[in-house]
Amino acid sequence: MVDTHSAAAAGDNPFVLEARGVIKIFGQSKALDGVNLGLRRGEVHALLGENGAGKSTLIKILTGAYQPDGGEVVLDGEPVRFSDPLHAQSHGIGTVYQEVNLLPNRSVAENLFLGRQQTRFGFVRKSLMEKNARELLSRYGLDIDVQAELGTYSVAVQQIVAIARAVELSGKVLVLDEPTASLDKYEVEKLFEVVTQLKQRGMAIVFITHFLDQVFAISDRVTILRNGRLIGTEPLAGLSRTDVVRMMLGKDITFAPAVTGIEERAAGPALVEFKACGKAGKIHPFSLKIRRGEVVGVAGLLGSGRTEMARIMFGADQCDAGEIRIGDKPVSLTSPVQAIAHGFGFCPEDRKIEGILGDLSVRENIVIALQGKLGWFKALNRDEQMEIAGKFAEDLDIRAASLDMPVKLLSGGNQQKVILARWLATDPSFLILDEPTRGIDVGAHAEIVRTINRLREEGLALLVISSELDEIVAYSSRIVVMRDREMVAELTGDNINPSVIVQAIAAQHETVAAEGASV
Amino acid sequence: MKLKRFSRLINPQSIALIVVLLVNWALFPGFFDVTWQDGRLFGSLIDVLNRGVPVAILAIGMSAVIATKGVDLSVGAVMAISGAVAATLVVDGYPAYVAVIAALAIGIVCGVWNGVLVAFLEIQPIVATLVLMVAGRGIAQLITAGSIVTFADPVLIYIGTGSFAGLPMPVVIAIVLLILSVFLVRSTAVGLFIESVGVNRAAASLAGIRSGLLLVAVYGFSGFCAAVSGLIVAGDIKGADANNAGLWLELDAILAVVIGGTSLLGGRFSIAMSVLGAIIIQAMNTGILVSGFPPEFNLVVKAGVIILIFTMQSPLATRFIEMRKTTRAVARKAS
Repeated sequence: MVDTHSAAAAGDNPFVLEARGVIKIFGQSKALDGVNLGLRRGEVHALLGENGAGKSTLIKILTGAYQPDGGEVVLDGEPVRFSDPLHAQSHGIGTVYQEVNLLPNRSVAENLFLGRQQTRFGFVRKSLMEKNARELLSRYGLDIDVQAELGTYSVAVQQIVAIARAVELSGKVLVLDEPTASLDKYEVEKLFEVVTQLKQRGMAIVFITHFLDQVFAISDRVTILRNGRLIGTEPLAGLSRTDVVRMMLGKDITFAPAVTGIEERAAGPALVEFKACGKAGKIHPFSLKIRRGEVVGVAGLLGSGRTEMARIMFGADQCDAGEIRIGDKPVSLTSPVQAIAHGFGFCPEDRKIEGILGDLSVRENIVIALQGKLGWFKALNRDEQMEIAGKFAEDLDIRAASLDMPVKLLSGGNQQKVILARWLATDPSFLILDEPTRGIDVGAHAEIVRTINRLREEGLALLVISSELDEIVAYSSRIVVMRDREMVAELTGDNINPSVIVQAIAAQHETVAAEGASV
Repeated sequence: MKLKRFSRLINPQSIALIVVLLVNWALFPGFFDVTWQDGRLFGSLIDVLNRGVPVAILAIGMSAVIATKGVDLSVGAVMAISGAVAATLVVDGYPAYVAVIAALAIGIVCGVWNGVLVAFLEIQPIVATLVLMVAGRGIAQLITAGSIVTFADPVLIYIGTGSFAGLPMPVVIAIVLLILSVFLVRSTAVGLFIESVGVNRAAASLAGIRSGLLLVAVYGFSGFCAAVSGLIVAGDIKGADANNAGLWLELDAILAVVIGGTSLLGGRFSIAMSVLGAIIIQAMNTGILVSGFPPEFNLVVKAGVIILIFTMQSPLATRFIEMRKTTRAVARKAS
């Protein structure tokens, strides 16, 4: 790829912050190999790459968390060496991470002014601080109670508070490291309004994300890294989505085409049937039959009851009404242990909190559910564990230096594959996947989509919850739509397309299945 | 391969133990003397092992508890209860085996109580076990009616002071318990489950581990260990002292586990290393006694050694060692 870097530098809008030929070495491997990145005033600059491409390392060098082993960081034309993030902050460079790095149990105002409280005679001037906090946040269109604890607000609000704080402290360059990963659609829009406003004020904004839609929605230029090397920096206007993906992967990726002809195959008897299962305050009663060899997609916004439904199906929560049947027999499903005994598996939405056993090895993480099924006394010995873990690591292309390394050191995509492997090792008949592709790199994404299709062909029943409509229509034989804790539509055949789903999610009270045909 | 095995033995704990023993030897030249008398071994080394047994046995149960991200503060009080139960039963004329079984059973009951509070009422372990730490000593005092109950039952006394195969009986009991518990934990899936629950209970439960049951079992096992320890201490002094039996030993047991390298944050654990930790603590205690220093020094010296061990285990030291290793590996490659 052509390096457009030097040409751009000659323009009349000089770089605020620049990385020139930056090299960073960890142990034996080069995490960054001569990478250039130039940020201009008033631009949103997307930084893209698969996990492990070097995005975080580059950001850490620009914000002073790491020191480069070669090359230099240039601020306003002068080479600088930041000793730590505070130093960079004092030069106008602020960072907001995906997991908000603030104090959830202190008030919004305290969080905004932490470390530089206005004082008089050594006492904090609380009311003045709160007044300033309200003024500050109103500029971001946020009218909230600044005395309330930060933790009581949604992640989106916390995110904006973090941005407000970072902008106050720095003001030249703002780095947003996957800010949207845990936000729903409306929250993302809100965040983007703030970003646009900051851009108009002349800030340079670095935007790191896995969502290509968002890159195209808001970015002016894009820089793509692969394996620690610069692939290119381009104005986004001239690029198509395929171009970007090709640059990121170094190859074309294809999602499997929409599945046809599986309805006949899936017409057999239900493997598992949920009849009017509901839980007061969590989800309205829903009914759903799931057959072998089909993928039931679940669409809906965050908080629409998708996860609640999945947890009931897996016995992690109990429904207080309704009936669950496997084959012809009614069964009780009051714990994951029972669900697993019936051949169920569940990849939860929040990998870190409910999925991985961080300090344990990849091997142990893969065999844990199988071992749980075998019980306390039929222990798999080390060799057996190695064999099982090795087999699934190969099948799913899990990239780990060793199966004995702690799983927390793997990238998000590989962690997700480990959890998938954990369930496949139990030889399940019904798999529930809650957002299996969230926050993972494009390569792992494609691998997981492939695996879903393969498992369907092998005759498993799958229920997949996803916010990515393009993806969900590609592998689902039916799609149920959730809204306001209620199952509002079941789409089949030609209705399985993104626009019908969007309508179903957005529609207020009509039944969507009927009007879907007109789309 | 052999070399690798050997290198596993070189760890901060073993080095600390050797250093402590050498210092003891320097202060008291007869420290390593071991003699054979009346069919059993005598000497300071044997004494270290024998005196270290109560904490070592507590540490066996405590390792498992701490690995689940918990802690059991009640073990000292449970020791007092178990001793009190055994002593009053034999004094009331029950045979020794009834007294022993009853004492062990009451220990398990105490542990299960803790386990239920932690697993099902989801009370923080430090608070849940504090209940029994305070109340347990009271219960023991009620059982003994506030006095020291002395007994002359030969079986109970044998448990505390007898010898078997040349070793003091408490040491034999500790070795058997160590081997059995390591076997129980590592040749079954229990060890893996304990670590899973300690690392991430929510994830472990969703992976099909019965975490509640497991926690109850682990706390029950800790109670059992405390009861064994309580029997040994009672047998040793030929009586049950509800006020002082096992007093503060829960803290020594926690310390032994931490010296052994198990993190208080749960997860990876090693029962054998915890026992080694208990022996280090006792070696320091004994060393100060035999060297003729006033026992007041004991606590200060203990603190010093502990700081040393923790420094050696700290992330800073680990990074330093890793760096040295890498540099050496690179140098080897270059040459």
